Amino acid sequence: MSAKIKIKYKKKDIWLGFWLILPAVMAIFITAFFPLLKTFWDSFFSFGLRPGIPKKFIGFDNYIRLFHDTRFMASLVNTLIFAVFSVTIEFILGLATALILNANFALRGIVRAAILIPWAIPTSVSSQMWKWMYNDQYGIVAQILYKLGWLAPGTPILSEKWSSMFAIMAVDIWKTAPFMALLLLAGLQTIPSELYEAARIDGASGWKQFTKITLPILSPTIAVALIFRTLDALRVFDIFYIMNKSVETLAVYNRHILMDRAFTGAWFGYGSAISVVIFLIISIFAIIYMRSLNLKFE
Amino acid sequence: MSFIKSYKAKKRIGTTLLYILVIIMLIFYIFPFYYAITSSISPNSELFSKSIKLFPKHPTFKNYILVFTERPFHQNILNSIIIAGATTILSLIFGAFAGYAVARLKIPGKVAIMSMILAVSMFPQVSILGALFQILRNMRLINTYPGLILPYIALNLPLTTWILHNFFKDIPISIEESAAIDGCSKFMTLWRIIIPLSAPGLVTTGLLTFIAAWNEFLFALTFMQLPEKYTVPVAIAMFSGKTFYELPWGQLMAAAVIVTLPLVILVLIFQKKIVAGLTAGAVKG
Repeated sequence: MSAKIKIKYKKKDIWLGFWLILPAVMAIFITAFFPLLKTFWDSFFSFGLRPGIPKKFIGFDNYIRLFHDTRFMASLVNTLIFAVFSVTIEFILGLATALILNANFALRGIVRAAILIPWAIPTSVSSQMWKWMYNDQYGIVAQILYKLGWLAPGTPILSEKWSSMFAIMAVDIWKTAPFMALLLLAGLQTIPSELYEAARIDGASGWKQFTKITLPILSPTIAVALIFRTLDALRVFDIFYIMNKSVETLAVYNRHILMDRAFTGAWFGYGSAISVVIFLIISIFAIIYMRSLNLKFE
Repeated sequence: MSFIKSYKAKKRIGTTLLYILVIIMLIFYIFPFYYAITSSISPNSELFSKSIKLFPKHPTFKNYILVFTERPFHQNILNSIIIAGATTILSLIFGAFAGYAVARLKIPGKVAIMSMILAVSMFPQVSILGALFQILRNMRLINTYPGLILPYIALNLPLTTWILHNFFKDIPISIEESAAIDGCSKFMTLWRIIIPLSAPGLVTTGLLTFIAAWNEFLFALTFMQLPEKYTVPVAIAMFSGKTFYELPWGQLMAAAVIVTLPLVILVLIFQKKIVAGLTAGAVKG
């Protein structure tokens, strides 16, 4: 009797489950998986978005062309440099912020909320805010740098390659270090204070407590935070698109090919190939990270 | 005695140092927003002067009026509210349904479904940009609200499904059992009991979804091509003056403050919930 009822329930569950999952799966399929498959398919053709350009199958030609595209190579290098430097500095700054927030001081709750502000501001808005601060005539950051003698007065920070790269990194670091800090703070708060007390009784110095207790226990959280940030940094678009036109990242270059050039010539297939390469690069990073995480958890 | 004294002195130095660090940290994170506010209330004569100034001598709200009279900024705000609002409601409903099915129903393929949904969070948006543009163009959804809402739902479903799924798992099963004894169908139990019980989780996920949809730039820039259809981030990025070289920075900063202030207030009020949601999405994930 009871067995029968169980089976009956299950059948009902399957139907209910099907209808409950359907909207989510549909949304994801139409706007994520199907476009991804289409991008793969399109990358083997030569065509444009303007009517009248014949669609031709050209195999791997688009991918071969990528290797001779110096603009693509430059944007790849820029993206990697940006990801490595900004994520590293964000991590150090985020950890420092988390350690400060983990200490006891008056108004800690308000301070903790206040540092979320940079994270909540839309990236396009913060890009414009900083663009104003970098303005070579009247911007406050530019003025201070000129007064300190670090830059020759009137130097346009955002139109020279390396100064704009550093300027943009600063914005990204400012915006995402709070996110990093809050993740790490959540990890810090799981460490029982008895561990530190015991270490103090044994005469361990603050630095030793940090390297022998804090960092090892925090390492899974650190790994997760680094994954999230690296994946984000590799697909960076908004800040570079808004703040300057002299340094390109992969995403900025990719959008230029797909949305500007493809309307004038047979560039869409080539743009799709770039999209596929970006997808593969990010997948590789994601898989490497997942693997290393699993090892840590086991 | 002297030992205690030196210990106390050391402690006092430590506390002072801590407060100095806190202040430096606060200045670093808050200053750009503060500077945007003071710039927005500066008259042009003070804004465009080559001296370092931290507060205007003659504050004015002219820029806040100009931003609405010289451009369709109120329309952009309305667009963003509709798009972010609809995205939030729909992703909460879709996410709650899928999350409940995975958390509570005895169905095959749970792991596959969940991994498929979560995989989307790793997708680089630019990789699907071109194909999505073509699809939306064929469906005649370019320059329409659904054309942005639909992709936004997909972008936010990983987070909503995951957080709500965790929430549902923690609700005691006995509640559902007693509802079943009272003759409540499973769907009604979900709709009438489980979802209301998860209100705190819905608030957290709703906030994160709303902020994400409000802030999104790449899709909004690509799928909305008329200035009166722009969402707030695009309108701000595309801000222009009468000529190419004279950007109205005061107005631009006023616009920045207008769209950021609601978010800042939300963050200050719901700080704990947001942090809990962010860390649930990351630390457990």
